[in-house]
Amino acid sequence: MKTTEELHQILSGQFGEEACELKADEKVAPWIIVKPDLIRDIAKYLRDEKGLRFDSLMCLSGVHYQKENELGVTYHLYSTTEKHKLTLKVIMPEDDAHLPTVEQIWKTADWHEREAYDMFGIRFDGHPDPRRILCPDDWEGYPLRKDYQVQEFYRGMKVEY
Amino acid sequence: MGLLDKKYQDSNIIVVSLEKALNWARKSSLWYMQFGLACCAIEMMATAASRYDFDRFGIIPRSSPRQADVMIVAGTVTLKMATRIKRLYEQMSEPRYVISMGSCSNCGGPYWEHGYHVLKGVDRVVPVDVYVPGCPPRPEALLQGFLHLQNKIMNETLVEGINPDKPVVIQDKGGDQIDIKNVDETDEHKTAQIEFPQQDVKSKKEGA
Repeated sequence: MKTTEELHQILSGQFGEEACELKADEKVAPWIIVKPDLIRDIAKYLRDEKGLRFDSLMCLSGVHYQKENELGVTYHLYSTTEKHKLTLKVIMPEDDAHLPTVEQIWKTADWHEREAYDMFGIRFDGHPDPRRILCPDDWEGYPLRKDYQVQEFYRGMKVEY
Repeated sequence: MGLLDKKYQDSNIIVVSLEKALNWARKSSLWYMQFGLACCAIEMMATAASRYDFDRFGIIPRSSPRQADVMIVAGTVTLKMATRIKRLYEQMSEPRYVISMGSCSNCGGPYWEHGYHVLKGVDRVVPVDVYVPGCPPRPEALLQGFLHLQNKIMNETLVEGINPDKPVVIQDKGGDQIDIKNVDETDEHKTAQIEFPQQDVKSKKEGA
């Protein structure tokens, strides 16, 4: 069982200091910020390395940081054998939000990434089925973005009350 | 049930106007399309189960729109679902009826302001005959909705010059004299709506 601080040391040893940044004094729990283009390699390492064994992706969620004009993806990992947890965050500019998929590493990510795409417009490169999951395919916009303006009509049906 | 409560005198011949017999037959076997959209569907299932027992009104679920007479829109209609509901409604054979069950399908319910994905009332895509209020409505309320629909069906007519979409008053003047006319939405109409159940009760009392 390892703490986030210990895990951060292992990751910076493996991928370099600039690849991941520790946020230790946060409310609830510390987390690690990861560079977008490295998330897939880091995820694979975290799953397969002896002593880490993060075999479960508990949740993958999109976040919109409106003030910073940034979009984020948060990964909550858990190891059922080592019994430790880890929170990873990836932060990207709003106008160019794309990062590698982790669908091949945790199958859970398949629908979660589709939801993050559907709600926030974050593109996951290499995803096998990158469609919307909740909204209809011809829906306009990304509803959970904080500056979202709903369309007036959908297929002739008025959306507003 | 009203017809069968009466005792026969000589032979088993019932004298009744054709339209009354047809309407009675239709109102007594309202097959509804078996689908639910949200929590209202739980109440609908409860209504169909043994405690409230839809079946005693001849109301049974059908799994195909082709065989269904009435569609209970039980739950939140999302815009995505609305396209499917419209298609299902069009697949039903006429005469067909729609009961809008619960606040969501009546007007959008709690999603009326911030529910970007919710259709604000199913009557924006299909014509609704009966609205059942509630969130969700109790089984008694849904049953009441069906009784209203039965009244509506009993008031339908084959007579020329009568608009079936408007309220109708049928007055039995004794013998074979029946007066049917359209009325506006008035107090007279409201009393006329509950004319049939009252008659049923009356005939039961006389028979007893």
